[in-house]
Amino acid sequence: MNFPVSAETARWLAIPMGIIFGVLLHRGGVANYNVIVNQFRFKDFTVLKIMFTAIIVGGVGVLLLKGAGHAQYHIKPANMLGVSLGAALFGVGMVLYGYCPGTGVAAMATGSIHATVGFAGMLVGGLLYALSFTWVEANIQKVATLGKIRLPDITGVPDWGWFVILTAIAGVVFWLVETRFKPATSAAVSTDSGS
Amino acid sequence: MKEPNCTSGTCCDVDRAEAKARWNSYLVGVGIGVLSWFAFGLVNQPLGISTALSSASSVCALPVMGSEGVANNAYWAKTPFKWDGGMLFLVGTFLGSLISVLVSRTFRLEKVPATWSQQFGGSTLKRLVAAFLGGVIIMFGARMAGGCTSGHGISGSLQLAFSSWTFFLTMFVFGIVTALVLFRKPASMTK
Repeated sequence: MNFPVSAETARWLAIPMGIIFGVLLHRGGVANYNVIVNQFRFKDFTVLKIMFTAIIVGGVGVLLLKGAGHAQYHIKPANMLGVSLGAALFGVGMVLYGYCPGTGVAAMATGSIHATVGFAGMLVGGLLYALSFTWVEANIQKVATLGKIRLPDITGVPDWGWFVILTAIAGVVFWLVETRFKPATSAAVSTDSGS
Repeated sequence: MKEPNCTSGTCCDVDRAEAKARWNSYLVGVGIGVLSWFAFGLVNQPLGISTALSSASSVCALPVMGSEGVANNAYWAKTPFKWDGGMLFLVGTFLGSLISVLVSRTFRLEKVPATWSQQFGGSTLKRLVAAFLGGVIIMFGARMAGGCTSGHGISGSLQLAFSSWTFFLTMFVFGIVTALVLFRKPASMTK
């Protein structure tokens, strides 16, 4: 499939796209430790709102692009043991670090020193993975491999059906968050300056 | 003794500036979604961070393992360090956040964030050790899972990939449990 731009152009386009991503992460408030950690404490729903909206808007657009022959999918293989174990570690690490890899990079630019120290930790984590790669590949990534499957493949519900379901779930969740949940606002932007 | 909301001196002005600089979460979500259209339709590479980041760690390994040691590593042989689109996207993310911070005048040196100090006190060392450990764990996990919040959480989920939804839900459940343990009520409020 031919894409609108050459590989070399695409490489350079990655810079402005990254800049837009960085601006969105910062202005979205997710380059902030408090916002991320408080999502996992159900005290701030910024992360969920951004991610769920991005998934639906992005997903519908990419589905249409693909239908028109202007995009192709890049599905990560479902090595279920590796994905599950990795995701479990990721969840633990994300709350301890207070950022994910992308927001950690964005947070470094905001002056977060602990984000920068954690970035060094991420480099070490990448190094440890590279060192254990052969073992992990042989003993973990080959367990429960389902291949590059998608939700429509295993459920029979078509792509558009999934986006209808996801939009309905998002609608209910967002409605609950906006009406039932008093935004305790993350500590960093709290207005009740302890009297 | 009450913990102050702000931990780093004159940060309250920055707090206000930061709150003012915030854009609506849903609009930011739409923005990232639209950015994904371009990532798929224009440059044919989904948004992601952790692949580039882990290949960057090979550069840090160079002084210890030597160029031969790094080249012989099975993982880095597969994803060697290069200034490809992923790496430039990573640099762009840093630059974008920096531009946004400078424009909104919200730059501040933060050693211990408020949510952390309310639970664990103001010790910088304690927070930095936790951040470092968290960084090690999150990156190891990201590589084992094959992606992070961007590559799996957003780019993978929007393609309805089974692996990515498994990642998303599992990550959230373990994050919630970790938060419950770390930020449990009767914890050390002594400091």
